[in-house]
Amino acid sequence: MVDTRVQLSGLTLDNPVIPASGTFGYGYEFAELYDINLLGSFSFKGTTREARYGNPLPRIAECPAGMINSVGLQNPGIDAVISQELPRMRKVFHKPVIANISGFSIDEYVECCAKIDQEECVGLIEVNVSCPNVHNGGMSFGVSPESAALVTREVRKVTRKPIYIKLSPNVTDIVSIAVACEKAGADGISLINTLLGMRIDLRTRRPVIANKMGGFSGRAIFPVAVRMVYQVAEAVSIPIMGMGGVSSARDVVEMMLAGATAVQVGAANLVNPYACRDIIEDLPRVMESLGIHSLKEIIGGAHR
Amino acid sequence: MNIREFYTITENRPVARDVFKMRLAGNTAAFSRPGQFLNIALDGLFLRRPISVADYDEKGVWIYYKVVGEGTRRMSAMIPGETLDVLTGLGNGFDVTKSGVHPLVVGGGVGAPPLYRLTRELCGAGKAPHVILGFNTASDLFLVADFQAMGIPVTVATADGSAGVRGFVTDALRENELPYDYVYTCGPEPMLHALYDATNVSGQYSFEARMGCGFGACMGCSCKTKYGYKRICRDGPVLEKEEIVW
Ligand SMILES: Cc1cc2nc3c(=O)[nH]c(=O)nc-3n(C[C@H](O)[C@H](O)[C@H](O)COP(=O)(O)OP(=O)(O)OC[C@H]3O[C@@H](n4cnc5c(N)ncnc54)[C@H](O)[C@@H]3O)c2cc1C
Ligand SMILES: Cc1cc2nc3c(=O)[nH]c(=O)nc-3n(C[C@H](O)[C@H](O)[C@H](O)COP(=O)(O)O)c2cc1C
Ligand code: FES
Repeated sequence: MVDTRVQLSGLTLDNPVIPASGTFGYGYEFAELYDINLLGSFSFKGTTREARYGNPLPRIAECPAGMINSVGLQNPGIDAVISQELPRMRKVFHKPVIANISGFSIDEYVECCAKIDQEECVGLIEVNVSCPNVHNGGMSFGVSPESAALVTREVRKVTRKPIYIKLSPNVTDIVSIAVACEKAGADGISLINTLLGMRIDLRTRRPVIANKMGGFSGRAIFPVAVRMVYQVAEAVSIPIMGMGGVSSARDVVEMMLAGATAVQVGAANLVNPYACRDIIEDLPRVMESLGIHSLKEIIGGAHR
Repeated sequence: MNIREFYTITENRPVARDVFKMRLAGNTAAFSRPGQFLNIALDGLFLRRPISVADYDEKGVWIYYKVVGEGTRRMSAMIPGETLDVLTGLGNGFDVTKSGVHPLVVGGGVGAPPLYRLTRELCGAGKAPHVILGFNTASDLFLVADFQAMGIPVTVATADGSAGVRGFVTDALRENELPYDYVYTCGPEPMLHALYDATNVSGQYSFEARMGCGFGACMGCSCKTKYGYKRICRDGPVLEKEEIVW
């Protein structure tokens, strides 16, 4: 018998596999397809203070081995998430869930985190610092160590739940940003969010996406994600949730060897709604074939 | 529930200029209404391709698709015996109970296929549908004989006048004397919009959108309606006339 359990800031996960924010909604659509309680956990759709419709259509473009999305954080707002979505979610998912929080100002992050802190079903808060800061000419909080640390420090004051800062790969030095978040009190780091990308339609000669650019994710970005997880793991001592292009049990093992304690799966859920279930079912066999008895033991294994 | 199936191609042949008919054998338990669609995975392409189901029975489905890009081009080169990984039973589909006895059924180009089973079900419910099908030119016509075989009035319109009424489906509608109390339609958005303006009865309109997943998970296809935001793939593709915001 192999042991797939991992420890994530006081939470024991049955396995490290976690659907990534924005690719799993609040779980209901998937709960109709399989028992989602077999997941380690899941990260629900990015939540903001106010309801957001998001960006105009088209929001999706295909890429070789990946896709671009510019959904633009469509969500009903923190109050509706708490009063409507979470009670429904709790009926189909009985483990601690990950709350993904976004903001366009420090106040917004703080208010959302303070509210979600009151929710018992939330085991961990994932703070997405990739969104543009309205007070800073639209530059994202995630692009500098100072602003990422500022968000971390302020949300730290309003919650006792573990805080994971979700970093953007669209930066010159992700390591310095991760280190700044750790110093500012983050319990862990999530990475990577999507890479900024673009496609142009050859017939119309216009961008495919209405908003011109969007977030590139899927299998194609896996090597970039592994590299960034590896670099950040060298520099911080807090746990990492690794993601970006993960689509198989072997990818999960590779991410963990790079330094991830848990592994999120995003775009793969969209093309195969059973992707996470399939990965979890495959894991024991893959572990056995690689001589791994306990997944915990391989975290960061590539650094030795 | 299982919505992912592996279908075997049993037929794949051209039926009009750039339009192919494909029959697929496999489990159709997830389908419950006309107007639902498949999301088809193709080797080497990341996203699935949404294609409406023209009709289904317990053994399989048939679809019509137009070759417009890489995915549909690959489909056109497939041969019987090959298998396709598909998500089945997607979308809300049409509700045949909503119309009166004289529904008008209007299809534009490759919007016609989902109306085939719809029309069959309308006839089965004792209604007397009138079908209008719009195409660009005579060589684009397909499915017309299948609709006619149901023994109902079928009017064809072509933009260049090479077959049927010259002009758009709305021109065919204007020249027509037949009464109607409800509209069911699927086709390019400009056609849907023109029909919306040209008719003063209620109806159901089937829309398209670029899709990330096709089953409601990603918000990639979300559109504004009078009653809030709806996902074309799950809360649609069929919207009621009263909720549409152009
Ligand atoms: C609910 C629904 C039902 C449909 N039913 C049919 C049908 O019965 N017959 C038929 O011929 N076509 C149908 N379409 C359109 C069909 O999905 C596209 O023509 C097809 O995806 C084009 O793929 P491609 O790889 O050949 O084109 P490409 O342009 O190479 O595709 C690139 C990307 O854009 C997407 N895309 C391109 N055109 C469309 C479009 N019109 N709608 C949605 N996504 C698009 C593709 O899925 C792919 O992700 C339907 C679309 C929807 C949303
Ligand atoms: C359609 C879509 C929506 C997303 N929405 C969010 C979001 O709301 N918040 C967030 O932090 N990340 C969001 N992401 C990013 C993913 O959570 C993940 O970080 C990224 O896609 C990389 O993983 P992948 O390659 O497995 O998709 C979204 C990704 C996709 C594809
Ligand atoms: S395409 Fe993903 S929600 Fe509709």
